[in-house]
Amino acid sequence: MATHESTYRPTSSIGKWMDARLPVARMMHAQFVDFPTPRNINYLWTTGGLLSFFLGVQIVTGIVLAMHFAPTAADAFNSVEHIRRDVNYGWLMRNLHAVGASMFFLAVYIHIGRGLYYGSYKAPREVLWIIGVVILLLMMATAFMGYSLPWGQMSFWAVTVITNLFSSVDSIIPGLGTRIVQWLWGGYSVSGTTLTRFYSLHYLLPFVIAGAVGLHIWALHVAGQNNPTGLEIKTASDSVPMTPYAVMKDGFALAVFVLLFAWFVFYVPDYLGHPDNYVEANPLSTPPHIVPEWYFLPYYAILRAIPNKLLGVIAMFSSILLLVFIPWLDTSRVRSAKYRPVYKWFFWLFIISVVALGYLGSKPPEGAYVLWARIFTVYYFLHFLVIMPIVGVTENPLPLPRSIAESVLGKSGQPVGVGAPAAPERR
Amino acid sequence: MQREADLASHTAEGPSRRDFIVIAAQAFAGVGAALALWPFIHQMNPDASTQALASTEVDLSPVKEGQAITVVWRGKPVFIRNRTPEEIKKAAEVKISELSDTSARNDDLPEKAPATDLNRTKKGHENWLVLVGICTHLGCIPKGQSLSDSRGDFGGWFCPCHGSHYDTAGRIRKGPAPRNLEVPPYAFMSDTKIKIG
Repeated sequence: MATHESTYRPTSSIGKWMDARLPVARMMHAQFVDFPTPRNINYLWTTGGLLSFFLGVQIVTGIVLAMHFAPTAADAFNSVEHIRRDVNYGWLMRNLHAVGASMFFLAVYIHIGRGLYYGSYKAPREVLWIIGVVILLLMMATAFMGYSLPWGQMSFWAVTVITNLFSSVDSIIPGLGTRIVQWLWGGYSVSGTTLTRFYSLHYLLPFVIAGAVGLHIWALHVAGQNNPTGLEIKTASDSVPMTPYAVMKDGFALAVFVLLFAWFVFYVPDYLGHPDNYVEANPLSTPPHIVPEWYFLPYYAILRAIPNKLLGVIAMFSSILLLVFIPWLDTSRVRSAKYRPVYKWFFWLFIISVVALGYLGSKPPEGAYVLWARIFTVYYFLHFLVIMPIVGVTENPLPLPRSIAESVLGKSGQPVGVGAPAAPERR
Repeated sequence: MQREADLASHTAEGPSRRDFIVIAAQAFAGVGAALALWPFIHQMNPDASTQALASTEVDLSPVKEGQAITVVWRGKPVFIRNRTPEEIKKAAEVKISELSDTSARNDDLPEKAPATDLNRTKKGHENWLVLVGICTHLGCIPKGQSLSDSRGDFGGWFCPCHGSHYDTAGRIRKGPAPRNLEVPPYAFMSDTKIKIG
């Protein structure tokens, strides 16, 4: 962990007794109270706290739902309706859990976008970044398996389509792909057996995520937080203690985000869902238009943009795995895109591509939609594989401030635009 | 001092008896762990009761020319279509070179058998086309069983999920699906009865 003077002083006799035996309070104090945070971090740095909050919401509401849910093909669909109608506050738990998943992904995409813009993946934060990619993959697996549990038409056919991705291995080693898919299903088609095992894993994975989050925070507290300048903390004037400064900021952002969450939960809980999922799963009829949840749409668009099954699957998985290699694909000496006049534009083009792919993923795979999906898919990969390495070398970055403090206070050491320190308030 | 010199000479001399023992113990534990893992992996494969539901008998007498029915075999839909002479003619006229998957994909024939219309059906019963009704792309159920369905550009089946078109012999003609629809193992018990599986 980063070395700094801990101000932790246990005062009570129990506190002192414990501190000599298992200094948990000392560690928490060092890491979350007087931990030095850059004094210039903006609201995008509150997403980490939001994500911890939403992991907690999902685990707590999930444990409650598990008390009332029946993970069998015959009962799953009805038990979800039972939770929504009969169980005391079941509607609330179900809405918090279903909408919470969307909020979780919204926050994680902002979090990843912030990391990309400010170069938070660059040395010495490569391992921190890679653990983040692992968490993203775990979140996707958990969300996918969770979506199967209500056992509606979309649940069933999403499971069918996504597990069938592995059958593309058949075009490399004939028969192996089919073996893998039957192993995942526990049969020759998606069935109640599949539902039950997904339920078991859906309960397990959030705790694996919690473990990975622990490592993520550990790695963060070794390297220290990045910030909008991309500079490291060099002197005491570059940082402020995490409590109260960063914690208050996190708290305010959380309150705002929870308002959005609450609006969905209380007013439009099904807005982010799909009507077909309120029809019970029917293995003999595919809905005419299968779409995944909104947070998977860009990847789904990439899958469908490529007319070859194996290559489509490879492109879809690589679009996420590519993130692992970004620390080495970005050749720039400067972290933050704030000081990268050329790369900045490509970054926004990348964001536009991802949003466009999300839109195209929700449309049927025909005509102009396919063409545009191909164009944006090409840009998605070009951005990382060609533009990042080349622009990093050719671009002339803007001059960096000498320190974090200078970027905030100006060269005089006074706050920018303020003549004198504020006088004590008088009433 | 003597001990330190001994230790130094050990490392300098390359592999020692101790290195060998450590590697052998690690390998033993590794193989043991891998073997212990197998039951935990294999338990997820299709179980005995699932495998037991292996065959289905179907009465074809109610299916008139041009009609199709869907039956369930091993939890999967099986399409059975009583094809019209035009549909058979259309399928038979297609040259193998025009197909993107040239294998018959008939479980009763070897992998290498070409995807001719004859190889996709049973001799003497060429009007009956029996297929596993699962798109070979990502497992959706193609449209085309009911007369009101869109049957795609080739008059067979059309998968709405990702736009795969199959012809009147269930062969992939257009779209992302890599293979022809699978012909399951089946046999005619009589002129109007088949046994699938």
